[in-house]
Amino acid sequence: MMAGEQPKIRVLIAKPGLDGHDRGAKVIARALRDAGMEVVYTGLRQTPEMIAEAALQEDVDVVGLSILSGAHMALVPRVRELLDREGMSDVPLLVGGIIPDSDRPGLEALGVRGIFGPGTNTDDIASYIRQVVTTKGAGAA
Amino acid sequence: MSELANRVLAGERRALARTLSLVENGHPDGETALAALFPHTGRAHTIGVTGAPGAGKSTLVAALAKALRAAGRTIAVLAVDPTSPFSGGAILGDRIRMTELHGDTGVFIRSMATRGSLGGLSRSARDAVRVMDAAGFDIVLIETVGAGQSEVEIARIAQTVLVVEAPGMGDDVQAIKAGILEIADILVINKADRPGADNTLRSLRMMLETGHPALRSQILSHHGRLMSMDAPTATQNGNGTAGALWIPSIVQTVASEHKGIDELLTAISTHRAYLHADTHLQALEQSQIAIELQDRLREALLSRLLGSLSDGEIDALIAQVQARTLTPNDAVGRLLESTRLRA
Repeated sequence: MMAGEQPKIRVLIAKPGLDGHDRGAKVIARALRDAGMEVVYTGLRQTPEMIAEAALQEDVDVVGLSILSGAHMALVPRVRELLDREGMSDVPLLVGGIIPDSDRPGLEALGVRGIFGPGTNTDDIASYIRQVVTTKGAGAA
Repeated sequence: MSELANRVLAGERRALARTLSLVENGHPDGETALAALFPHTGRAHTIGVTGAPGAGKSTLVAALAKALRAAGRTIAVLAVDPTSPFSGGAILGDRIRMTELHGDTGVFIRSMATRGSLGGLSRSARDAVRVMDAAGFDIVLIETVGAGQSEVEIARIAQTVLVVEAPGMGDDVQAIKAGILEIADILVINKADRPGADNTLRSLRMMLETGHPALRSQILSHHGRLMSMDAPTATQNGNGTAGALWIPSIVQTVASEHKGIDELLTAISTHRAYLHADTHLQALEQSQIAIELQDRLREALLSRLLGSLSDGEIDALIAQVQARTLTPNDAVGRLLESTRLRA
């Protein structure tokens, strides 16, 4: 029964910072669930420390950050730094929310390749995650 | 010797998280690590928390963990949420209620999806608890999915079972039905500040007063599928031996406000003392191992059996059953014959 079973992709969806609604994050969590993934959702107002800690304990393949507050250039580098420090430099970061085009190069320089703004098709996010997880070698998971 | 296991024993959290994944995925490295860790298990106090969806299990687990931390204990939490039967995906949201516990290396929280397993836990929950136990945590708290009446799997894993009820969830007939209430070592009425809490208390008290207490090792063997059915012996069933039996206690809490948590901790340590007096813990563990071996045997036999059959064989039988030329029971008989595994 176990044989041939693909390991499930585990995703952490987190909302760092102080913005007060998480509808977008919940829509994404739900869509990834429907795409067959296991989504750990941690709720509103998470600090970068809490996010890195949850990512470590849950041994997730990918971390998705939902940020609407405009604080992404402060929050994303901090989460990346903490993940790297915990030995999770192989765990990719995805960012969703309101990200001005001018900030994209800065985020990409941090290795953030998945940046998803409003109106993104949720299927695209799911296939992006599937692709990054497979290319980093799901065999290790 | 498993290097990963050594890192788990040394308290390395990343190694613990990784081992839990490998075990959950049935990866061979997980089996190797588990084998190396197994001699180090059996030290932690395992506490199961079950109850209906929305009764407040996650909040209660968070409040308990916080109080136990204040008392100097280290805690691992295994929180199980359901897998979607349609997509195979899951939303694991128990951490939302546990944010108070962050930043403390004496706490480790892991979410797990049921992955199709019935009974309120996942198939690998038992092994995940063992990994956490071997990692040296004093207490492992296991939170089941929102459970109805028949999800009693937790009683086969945990040493102490808390069944969480909330006011207004049913009348006194619900309370005397078979199932989840029977596995409780401690009944927790959470949200006890809500209207109806007194009625719930009364119903549960009545249930306990009119009930026939039994040893849990005995209850276990009466529940569920393919269990051995040891007839209760006269001494265990009769009066005069009440001292040997655990009568469930009832505790009222408001977990979100940390009310009643101290009383709950007292009830938990009383139950732990009961387990360690006499041979109660050994008896419980013995019956849990017996059930586990049956579970594993059933699973191994089934997968060996299915592996030895071709799809064509099964399809042919399905067609005959559908055409009403063969009963489902006879179809199974033929499958067993063709694999020379007669029932």
